[in-house]
Amino acid sequence: MALILDHVTYEYGRGTELLVRALNDVNLVIPDGQFIGLIGHTGSGKSTLVQHLNGLLAPTSGHIYYNGEDIHDKDFSRRRLRSKVGLVFQYPEHQLFETDVFTDVCFGPRNLGLDRKETELRAYEALKQVGLPDDCFYQPPFDLSGGQKRRVAIAGVLAMKPEVLVLDEPTAGLDPRGRDEILGLVASIREEQNITVILVSHSMDDVAEYVDRVVVMNKGSVCFDDTPKRVFAHREELETMGLSVPQVTDIMHALKKAGWDVGTDAITIEEAKEEILRRLK
Amino acid sequence: MEIIKTENLVFDYIRRDEEGNVEGITTAVDNVNLEVMPGDFIAVLGHNGSGKSTLAKHFNAILMPTEGTVWVDGMDTGDADRLWEIRQRAGMVFQNPDNQIIGQVVEEDVGFGPENMGVPTKEIWERVEESLRAVGMYEFRKYAPNKLSGGQKQRVSIAGVLAMHPKCIVLDEPTAMLDPGGCREVIRSVRALNDVERVTVILITHYMEEIVYADKVFVMDGGRIAMQGTPREIFSQVEKLQELRLDVPKVTLLSHELRKSGLPLPPGILTVKELVGALGALYSGRK
Amino acid sequence: MIRDITLGQYYQTDSVVHRLDPRVKLIATLLFICSLFVVNQAAGYVVAVVFLALAIRLSHVPFRFMVRGMRAILFLLVLTFGFNLFLTPGEAVFQVWKLTVTREGITMAVKMAVRLSLLIIGSSVMTLTTTPNNLTDGLERLLKPLQKLRVPVHEIAMMMSIALRFIPILLEETDKIMKAQTARGASFDEGNLLQRAKSMVPLLVPLFISAFRRANDLAMAMEARCYRGGDGRTKMKPLHYEKRDYLTYVVLLAYFAVCIVIGRIMPWGRIF
Repeated sequence: MALILDHVTYEYGRGTELLVRALNDVNLVIPDGQFIGLIGHTGSGKSTLVQHLNGLLAPTSGHIYYNGEDIHDKDFSRRRLRSKVGLVFQYPEHQLFETDVFTDVCFGPRNLGLDRKETELRAYEALKQVGLPDDCFYQPPFDLSGGQKRRVAIAGVLAMKPEVLVLDEPTAGLDPRGRDEILGLVASIREEQNITVILVSHSMDDVAEYVDRVVVMNKGSVCFDDTPKRVFAHREELETMGLSVPQVTDIMHALKKAGWDVGTDAITIEEAKEEILRRLK
Repeated sequence: MEIIKTENLVFDYIRRDEEGNVEGITTAVDNVNLEVMPGDFIAVLGHNGSGKSTLAKHFNAILMPTEGTVWVDGMDTGDADRLWEIRQRAGMVFQNPDNQIIGQVVEEDVGFGPENMGVPTKEIWERVEESLRAVGMYEFRKYAPNKLSGGQKQRVSIAGVLAMHPKCIVLDEPTAMLDPGGCREVIRSVRALNDVERVTVILITHYMEEIVYADKVFVMDGGRIAMQGTPREIFSQVEKLQELRLDVPKVTLLSHELRKSGLPLPPGILTVKELVGALGALYSGRK
Repeated sequence: MIRDITLGQYYQTDSVVHRLDPRVKLIATLLFICSLFVVNQAAGYVVAVVFLALAIRLSHVPFRFMVRGMRAILFLLVLTFGFNLFLTPGEAVFQVWKLTVTREGITMAVKMAVRLSLLIIGSSVMTLTTTPNNLTDGLERLLKPLQKLRVPVHEIAMMMSIALRFIPILLEETDKIMKAQTARGASFDEGNLLQRAKSMVPLLVPLFISAFRRANDLAMAMEARCYRGGDGRTKMKPLHYEKRDYLTYVVLLAYFAVCIVIGRIMPWGRIF
C-alpha cells in the first residue's frame, strides 16, 4: 500500500467571505505500480489534490498515509517524502534555473544530501531515461525546445528516484508530436522502472490509451474511479462536467445512436475499426 | 483587393553573441507567397517551430521582412508612415492570455486600443460595449482580468482588438494554453466574428479540430508553405499530414483506416456526422 | 488563493467619498497631512479628529478597516512613542530603571503618536475609497505640469498601472515556483543568512526569466494595439470635476484655514 487519502478536505480563504472548498472528502487508495489518469477540468481540484500527495499542502481535515505512516505526523520527514513522491509541475519554466541542463538535474539529488558521485550518476541516468540527446546536457535549459524542457524537468524529479511519479498536465502547450512523445516517454518510464505514475490531465484522449485506472474529479470531489472503459461509459455525466470522452468513443456512440449495433467502449482507432468492420462483415 | 498579401516573404532570425557578432542565421520564414481575401476564414497550421508565428507577426508589422514584401489592405508594412494604420487594420491576439491584457478592469482593457488611436471618449464607450457584446463578455465588463478563466481572458483580448475596428484579426495560437472548454469558447467567438461581423480571420494553430470551419488552410513546415487548400483537400492527405508532425482529427483518421481496409468511403471526412452519414449511405440495409 | 488578493486596500461600496475625483482625494490627503504639522495644540488635534471622523463617516467604510492599516505600523508607532518618551530632555517626572521620563517627553510622545495615527488613518481613507487605477489616473493628471520639465509623467503612470496589474500574477507565479522547487527537495527557510540567500536562487532565476518574458510579450501586445506613448491618446474615463469636487475643495480650504488660525494665532491653546 503506497498512498492512502482518508477523508481529505482542503479549504482556503478561511475567515474571509471567500471560503473555497477545493477538496471535499476525498478517499483514494493508490497501490504500488499503478498507472492512474487523474482527470478534471480547470478548477476541479485535481492540482490541489496532487499537491497533497507530497505534503506541499496539508489537508484542512482528514489524513494522508504513505506506507502506513501519516505524512503530517510530527516525526515524519516530509522532505524524504518529496523524494519518494516526485511531483513534476505543469510548466518546466517554473523549475529550471541552473546554467546548464546537467547541473539543473543534479539539484534534486543534491538536496537529498547525496555525495557528488552519486548525484551526478543519478542525473546522468535520469537524463538518459528521458531520452535527451547527449549534446544538450551542457546547454542552458532555457535554450531548449518546449518538449525538451519538459524532459529535463521530468529528469530533475526522476533523479531523486521516486516511487510515485506525479505529472501535472505534462503536455500543456506542446504540439501534437511533442505531446505524443512525452506521453510515450511517461509510459516507457513506468514500464522500465515499475513505479506508480499519476498523470494529471484535462484530456481523456491523452490518458485513455495508457492508464489502468481513471479518477475523475469535479468540484473538489472524486466522482468516478474505475477502469477507463467503465468511466467512459458515463458519457453524458462527463459532458455535463465539461469533460469529453475520447473522440473515438464519441464516434461509436454516434454510430449507435444512428441505429448501428456496435459496442461503444472502443478507445483507440484500431479498436473502433475492428468493431465497425466486424459489423459490416 | 486582398486584405493581406505576401510576396516572396523571407525572414531571418539573426543570433548574436554577447559582443554583437553574428553567431548564426535561422530562416524562420522562407519565400512565402499568400493572399487573403476580405471576409475569409484562413487557418495556418504547423508544428512548433514551423514558422507560423513568425509569419503571423508580419501581418501586424511587428516583424519586418528580411526580403520580400507584405501588404496589409494595400499598404506596404515597410512604410513607416502608415505603421499605426496597418496595426489598426490588422489586429492581433496572442497566445498567453495573461501577457496581453493591460487594463485592470475588463472594460478598460478593451478601451486601450481605441484610446491609443485617439478615439473620442463617447465613441470609446460605444465601441467597448459592442465589442464585449460580440464576444459575449459584456456582463463581465467590471471584472478584474485576474478573476476570469483562460477562455474568458482570450475573449476579452479579442474584444480589445475588435474595438479598434480592424478589417482583419490575426490570432496567434489563441487556444494553446487553454483547457478544452476554453478552446471551444474562443473558437466559437472567432467563428461568430467571421460569420456575423464579416471580419477576416487568420487563425494560427496546431489543433486540427479548429480548422474544420476554415475557408482555406495553409500548412507550414520549415518556414515554407507545405500544403494549401480547403480543409477537405488537406485532410484527405492523411499520410502527408502525419509526415509533417500534425495531428489529424480522430474521425478523419478512423475514416482513413476504414478506407485502407477497403470500405469505399469518400476521402477527407471531417466530422462525426459526415462519417455516420457516409457509412449509413453505403450500408443502409445492414445496420 | 493568491489570485484573489487586491492590491492597495480598496473597499468596494458606494459613497460620496468614493465618487470624488481622485485628484481631490490626493490633495485632501496632502492637505490633511500638512495640517497635522501646522497645528500644535489640543484644540488643533480636536479639529483634525473631527474632520477625519466626518470623512470616515461619509465614506461608509467600517472603522475597523482604517485601524487595520495601523497594525502594519504598530511597531513604528511604539518605537516613536518610546524614543520621544525617554529621550526628550526636560523636567523629570519619574524614572524607569536608567531612563528618565520628562514632562516634555510625555507631551512629545503623545503628540507624535497622535500625529502618526491620524496620518495613517487619513491616508487609509484615500486608499480605501479609491481604486489603484483611479489613483494612478489622478496622479498622472496632477503631475502633468511636470511634463514641461521633461518628467515622463504618462510613462510613470503607465508603469504604475502595469505593475499593479502584474504584481498579483507574479505573486502567484512565485508560489508555483516555490512549490515546484520544494518538490525537488529545496527549502527556503533553513540555515544561516548566507544559506538562505543562496536558497533563493532557484526561486529568483525562474521568476526573473518569466517576468522578462512577460514584459516582452506585453510590450509586443501593446504595440500591436497601437500604443505609442501618451501623445494623441484619448481617455475612456477622463477625469472631470463635478460640483461635489469643487465643494470639497472649499471645505478643505476652510479646514486648512482653521488649522492655520489655531496653530498660529491661538497661542493659548498649547497642550499643557
